[in-house]
Amino acid sequence: MNFLSIFVLIPLLMLLGLWVARNLNQVRGVMVAGSTALLALAVYLVFAFLEAREADKVSEMLFTASFNWFPALNIKYSVGVDGISVAMLLLSAIIVFTGTFASWQLKPLTKEYFLWFTLLSMGVFGFFISVDLFAMFMFYEIALIPMYLLIGIWGSGKKEYSAMKLTLMLMGGSAFLMCGIFGIYYGTGAATMNIVDIANHANGAVPFSNHSLENLWFVFTFTGFGVLGAMFPFHTWSPDGHASAPTAVSMLHAGVLMKLGGYGCFRIAMYLMPEAANELGWIFLCLTGISVVYGAFSACVQTDLKYINAYSSVSHCGLVLFAILMMNQVAATGAILQMLSHGLMTALFFALIGMIYGRTHTRDVRELSGLMKIMPFLAVCYVIAGLANLGLPGLSGFVAEMTIFVGSFSNVGNFYTMWTIIACTSIVITAVYILRLVGKILYGVCENEHHKLLTDATWDERFSVVCLILCVAGLGLTPWWMSDLIGTGTQPIIDVINSAKEFLYVPF
Amino acid sequence: MSYTLFILLLPLISFLVIGVVDMDIPKTGKVWSHKAAGLIGTASLGIVTILSYYTAFEYFFCTPRLADGTLPTLVPFNATWLPLGNLHFDLGILLDPISVMMLIVISTVSLMVHIYSFGYMHGETGFQRYYAYLSLFTMSMLGLVLATNIFQMYLFWELVGVSSYLLIGFYYTTAPAIAASKKAFIVTRFADMFFLVGILIFGYYTQSFNFSFAGTVEYADGATHFIACNPETALIKNAAMTVLPISLVLMFIGGAGKSAMFPLHIWLPDAMEGPTPVSALIHAATMVVAGVFQIARMFPIWIDYAPQSLSIVVVVGAFTAFYAAAVACAQSDIKRVLAFSTISQIAFMMVALGVCLPGHGEHANHASLGYMASMFHLFTHAMFKACLFLGAGCLIHAVHSNEMSMMGGMRKYMPITHWTFLISCLAIAGIPFFSGFSSKDEIISACFQYSPICGWWMTGVAAMTAFYMFRLYYGIFWGTENKEHHEHHTPHEAPWTMTLPLVVLSVITVGVGIFTTLGGFLNWDWASFGSIVTATGTQYTIHFDAKIAATSTIIALISIGLATWIFKGEKQPIADKMYAAAPRLHRWAYKRFYMDEVYQFITHKIIFARISKPIAWFDRHVIDATFDLMAWCTHKTSNLIKGVQSGNVQKYALWFFGGIIVLFLIMYFTC
Repeated sequence: MNFLSIFVLIPLLMLLGLWVARNLNQVRGVMVAGSTALLALAVYLVFAFLEAREADKVSEMLFTASFNWFPALNIKYSVGVDGISVAMLLLSAIIVFTGTFASWQLKPLTKEYFLWFTLLSMGVFGFFISVDLFAMFMFYEIALIPMYLLIGIWGSGKKEYSAMKLTLMLMGGSAFLMCGIFGIYYGTGAATMNIVDIANHANGAVPFSNHSLENLWFVFTFTGFGVLGAMFPFHTWSPDGHASAPTAVSMLHAGVLMKLGGYGCFRIAMYLMPEAANELGWIFLCLTGISVVYGAFSACVQTDLKYINAYSSVSHCGLVLFAILMMNQVAATGAILQMLSHGLMTALFFALIGMIYGRTHTRDVRELSGLMKIMPFLAVCYVIAGLANLGLPGLSGFVAEMTIFVGSFSNVGNFYTMWTIIACTSIVITAVYILRLVGKILYGVCENEHHKLLTDATWDERFSVVCLILCVAGLGLTPWWMSDLIGTGTQPIIDVINSAKEFLYVPF
Repeated sequence: MSYTLFILLLPLISFLVIGVVDMDIPKTGKVWSHKAAGLIGTASLGIVTILSYYTAFEYFFCTPRLADGTLPTLVPFNATWLPLGNLHFDLGILLDPISVMMLIVISTVSLMVHIYSFGYMHGETGFQRYYAYLSLFTMSMLGLVLATNIFQMYLFWELVGVSSYLLIGFYYTTAPAIAASKKAFIVTRFADMFFLVGILIFGYYTQSFNFSFAGTVEYADGATHFIACNPETALIKNAAMTVLPISLVLMFIGGAGKSAMFPLHIWLPDAMEGPTPVSALIHAATMVVAGVFQIARMFPIWIDYAPQSLSIVVVVGAFTAFYAAAVACAQSDIKRVLAFSTISQIAFMMVALGVCLPGHGEHANHASLGYMASMFHLFTHAMFKACLFLGAGCLIHAVHSNEMSMMGGMRKYMPITHWTFLISCLAIAGIPFFSGFSSKDEIISACFQYSPICGWWMTGVAAMTAFYMFRLYYGIFWGTENKEHHEHHTPHEAPWTMTLPLVVLSVITVGVGIFTTLGGFLNWDWASFGSIVTATGTQYTIHFDAKIAATSTIIALISIGLATWIFKGEKQPIADKMYAAAPRLHRWAYKRFYMDEVYQFITHKIIFARISKPIAWFDRHVIDATFDLMAWCTHKTSNLIKGVQSGNVQKYALWFFGGIIVLFLIMYFTC
């Protein structure tokens, strides 16, 4: 059996283990064992991939395997990874691992919670290893559904409303997506669902014959994934959903699930329909450019910690889609780096917010102050997360943003230059809301008598936070190997997209 | 010279060690953590200082000069940090005259501040944190000046910004410190955005992030490379005259933010909320001159591709110099006076860079006299301004207030502070035999070469400088003594850890002053700053222009005399009369011509109230509401039609037959 499938197998075994687990300790044991195994596997995959890439520089996907699933419709369970998916798998493993520790003390229904949590991570891992359109879509759906229950049952605030809204909007997106996927399948000859084959017109796949239909499917697919990637104006599930979700779910959702959107836009929408991407990319570029600035401005006036972070995610994830729409290799590499960076630092942020909320029972910025004196560890980590968010060199945000900006700027044309400069303004606005927040809740003197009695982080919380900070700093300090790894994955996709340059349309 | 890598690594290691390791051992109390953190920080910085001096020695005296007599550009270390397609983001170490000079300035002042802080921060909570931040700052600032390319400079530029933010907000429980740190970071960040766009334009059009297009660089392995970028490539050739000036001016905006040029100066006076040694190190001697350093770094490109745009630098600099000097005349907080004086002095350096003209051959040095003068002033200013700030720190330590009204007559209590302060005041006023004279005189000479208006304008500002500095001096050390306050709490001289740095810095000030002044009059080549740092790299001997030197000295003396006449006495009738005569002017100057209020208006009334709030409202009430409306419509529609599915068979039959009849009628009439 192909070893990539172990990424799906481990969560399945974890589900089984959780099912038979009798008490809290056994549940925790299963989760720790499983998530550690996933993390170890992901780390092993990185090294194995680098080695295999040295040996085989031609194939786009490595470690490929295929299993005939439903031959009548050419549906296969095909797996394979390139640099991008390896990076994403590593990210997911880190988030699942730290998320487990961040929900260490979650009650009630711990077992059921972890069951859904594991199912969700199985969907995520399955999505990133698949190279078959149908398998990808299936795993995508597996990842979406548990979210409803996780938020609806273990959430806070208006949880039923938020869970319903999030699920409906994402399901709406996936309805678009399904149309898009079938459009691609039939538009390219209905011979294969394998992404690499479709892109390279191999194994019976042919180029799209009907260009206007291709444009339609592109819009469907991009919008479908764009909803998950919090693209303006389909982002409104994000603030409500995150605000209500429990800590680890927010971490997993912002950290990994939103990345499915960017990954899908790049890997499916743009890669498989390069002509349409060139022709219609500018519309989505405008939308994502708006996301970047709009999210940042909205974050400035929010009063709920999670809302601030959710809008900040809209801005940062907007930058991911923005960069892939620049359609050059540097920007695309930057987009994947930004996914990694955003995944790690947002997970860190949500973990910290969850920990602060767990103590103070409020997320209202106006009611919090002077936490630095009360919980110095959490406060210092919060500052670090904030600095990563606003792009401090040495932490991950800087690397990703700089790669994106350099890449975007190398696109010729006033249109691209204008949007790049507009996107650059977000670094200032980000600084405004982050520093405002830090100054308000961490600095100053604590005025709430109850808050003065609170304690600092426990060992499990410290462990999870320190892991994430080390990852953020590791990516920020030694970006070259990650950038190289990702670069090997983005290059073939960008080549395919650029092969359709004659369709490129730019308004000015 | 690979040991130069340790200049960056040591402060980084000490930052990590002091920042992460908990040095409080239970039961032994806080004393141990103070000593350990301070000692680690100071020791590592001591080694860095020794290394810097050794580097300077080896670079200036042991490295063979190139054939044309210029000092070589060495790159002992360079590595690609982040590949960016055709471009690459390198980190490395570049040694050339200005970076080596900056090494000396930064390590000297930083070491003095480390020692000084032992006394000044004694007993503060967060002592360990303080030293961790100082190490972080020193590392970042050294990385900034040693940068091999503009992008590396930007990286460390952001890091010094954050260190500055953390240090200004050191007393994070007090509201002014929080506000000041936020303001400093956001204002400089706003300027940095322009810097970044400038870098992006520059990188795209020149396909490199190098500081210059021509020249050779010696790498550690002994290989000599001609700088890769060829200005004759089509991209640059077309862009050179239109795009490069834009990119350089954008970078200058970034520099203006860091160096507190009008109108981006507003953060610097507030930054004085940080501990005073920090003000001395970051907000007087090193970080704030980063903007000047940046222009000096890009100078080869400025002078070749955008000489006209340099006039923007002149105008901004000249106005800022005047504005800050005017405000400084009216401030009562001693650190604010020094802050505005810093702004004004940095503006002098900016003007000096701006007045350089493109020159060729033998005239090249003469035309770019301002470059040398600017770097020289940067050096001398760092020393005497750090001394002034540290002196101010001693005073604040003694009287526990920043206000001049709480002082007066301090010369009796604090003789060492008094004398070192006086020496630095004389230096900044431009009196011969003090270092400020030599450098300021060169700047004014360069201004007169550029245009007489500029020359007289800067001479006028220099006169104001002498006036407000001596107003400050007399206000603190002479003038009306606040006996009531002093009886409560008799001021005393600071401990040796605090006075030693003052003495060292003032000795440097006097020493450099004596050598360069004598050297300038007697034409000693070796005592001339021009023998090490010039725009073209060739040696240049400073000759004082007797006319300009005499004029500026006389004007400075007159200003000092005026200040003595007005402010020295116990009673100050003239000063009171002046305030009475122009109360509004005084009030405006005191309020810094309401620039802060203008910013307050823009950020709060326009950006927050007119942009952010409406966007947030729009998001909730338009976009989100649209989706809610869709959900609501679905809900209502299903509510409306759910009655149809009643389970009543007769009703179903009725609908069924009714439908058939309707269909039948339609078909009958249409077919």
